[in-house]
Amino acid sequence: MNLLNYLINGLSLGSVYAIIAIGYTMVYGIAKMLNFAHGDVIMIGAYVSFFMLVNFGLGFIPSLLIAVVICTVLGIVIERLAYKPLRQADSLSVLITAIGVSYLLQNSAQLMWGSATKMYPINIISGSVSLFGGKLSIPYLTIVTILVCIVVTFALQWFVNNTRTGSAMRACSEDKDAARLMGINVDTTISITFAIGSCFAAVAAVLLCSAYPAVSPTLGSMPGIKAFTAAVFGGIGSIPGAFIGGLLLGIIEIFSRAYISTQLSDAIVFSVLIIVLLFKPTGILGKKVSEKV
Amino acid sequence: MNKVKEFIQYLFSPRKRSCTVSFLLTVVLYLVMSVLIANGSVSSLIKGLLIPLCSYIVAALALNLTVGILGDLSLGQAGFMSVGAFTGAVVSAVLQQHLDSNLLILIISILAGTVMAALFGVLVGVPVLKLEGDYLAIVTLAFGQIVKTLISNFYVGIDSTGLKMSFIEDRTHLEAGGKMIINGPSGLSGNTRMSTFAVGFVLILITLVVIYHLLESRYGRAILATRDNKVVALTVGINTSKYKLITFVISAALTGAAGVLYAMNFSSITPAKFDFNLSIFILIYVVLGGLGNMTGTIVSTIVLMLLPELLRELNDYRMIIYALILIAIMLITNNRSLRSLYERLFLRKEKRNVESTDL
Repeated sequence: MNLLNYLINGLSLGSVYAIIAIGYTMVYGIAKMLNFAHGDVIMIGAYVSFFMLVNFGLGFIPSLLIAVVICTVLGIVIERLAYKPLRQADSLSVLITAIGVSYLLQNSAQLMWGSATKMYPINIISGSVSLFGGKLSIPYLTIVTILVCIVVTFALQWFVNNTRTGSAMRACSEDKDAARLMGINVDTTISITFAIGSCFAAVAAVLLCSAYPAVSPTLGSMPGIKAFTAAVFGGIGSIPGAFIGGLLLGIIEIFSRAYISTQLSDAIVFSVLIIVLLFKPTGILGKKVSEKV
Repeated sequence: MNKVKEFIQYLFSPRKRSCTVSFLLTVVLYLVMSVLIANGSVSSLIKGLLIPLCSYIVAALALNLTVGILGDLSLGQAGFMSVGAFTGAVVSAVLQQHLDSNLLILIISILAGTVMAALFGVLVGVPVLKLEGDYLAIVTLAFGQIVKTLISNFYVGIDSTGLKMSFIEDRTHLEAGGKMIINGPSGLSGNTRMSTFAVGFVLILITLVVIYHLLESRYGRAILATRDNKVVALTVGINTSKYKLITFVISAALTGAAGVLYAMNFSSITPAKFDFNLSIFILIYVVLGGLGNMTGTIVSTIVLMLLPELLRELNDYRMIIYALILIAIMLITNNRSLRSLYERLFLRKEKRNVESTDL
């Protein structure tokens, strides 16, 4: 029964990673950049929803929606101001700019809201389902997290494959110049991608903080790095890959905490990543790109 | 007299110029700082920064070898520093029981840290460098995290019976009078401070010698060919994996030395000090200094390390301003119209030179 319990916990943590990883993977797929500020957008989302819940006394859904709106706008603003002028620049310049944006967000948050950790109200979704005569109890929050992740992934997959904007995104990720010749507005498409990624970051923030209720300016860094790992793990650029990578990473993390060592869980997660990359260099669902000469 | 003139001309010839400037800059800065320290006109704050500065310069130069010369992104520089730092600390603690000369102990510790970091460089490099794209970045990122976690769970102590190690829990059971060297998450404590500014300066010089020698050699040309066009390099018979590995391991080794220098400047240091942020900071020094440009790396490390100190008066705002400066530099240097203006104003002559040498 313990095993099942750990598996469910792993799926729940993995779902949060997956939602964040989708943001990374979409931006990487289309803009070909590592958006290091993504973790900090999560942090902003966490603070916004925290203030909505605690200071304004709003309910769960309204505060989530406000966080989503603010993060989405933030994502678009960051893209327009910091990344758009660098469309033609080399990837390292873009990376450094992303790191600069990340520092900016972290330190602004610290200045505005202090560096002390705030306790997120955890009783938003309380209660749990009992199964097998009380042997296994699954909190509603866990169920909600996993469901949200599944819905988000499938909705996004449908969006990318079946809408005009979705095909524009796929076209941009294949070849930006060709996409432009086909009459696709590349800049708008990239902005939409950032908007979607940031919107998911807000959702992830609320779910993450409901499970691990400590809000601080550096809240987003570690989940950010883990989710990025998950995106690579599943094959960067692929949405189902981010989904599977996130879930697997969550399960591996919880299992290694439970069965091997709490302190070493990070080392184990990253070692698994390295081993997977050695045998499957493009990640689990990544496409192999052959080099043309 | 003519010989001297010829020699100076040789030193400033296009091929040698960057090398000469790097060395000159380092020596001049060292002399100026030494004079200022002797005068007593250097604040203790700046004095305390000198050795970390030397250490970061070495680490940044080493990273420039991977990122600028090899053309592969590495995000695990802190991991190699950490490996070097803690190896060096253990070695120095052992040697202190046998040797008296601090300088000798420091040199042997630095060598030990260098060798250990090189071994880890091989461990990371062999499997990864055959892969394409950004994988080195991801694997080195993972490597840095793994090293941080492992050392946070590592316990090493020393007593009259010798070294004792344990993992995850402290099971070293030291005798009375024994001393913990690495104490899990709290890291080093009671470390004897041995690093000096002079050693740091010499380490920078050695790093420059190693890098410029590598670049001037057959190896260096093979590495540059690999970076610029791997397929062509392969077709002319260059074993690209081999040269990539050699460069990566040298970079790791130098970084390890920087780590020892850094650790031996503090009496206590935690494994968490060598985290992802440190790797990022060093990467920023390299990118702002210019990829493959060693003089630029030295200058940008000095400026960017001193910048937060100069901004100290602004207190809470200083990291925000630092971040804004970072973004602004990237946007300005990549702005096309500004760039072409700069080229028209300053680079006319040089550009022509480059064009003629290209043929």
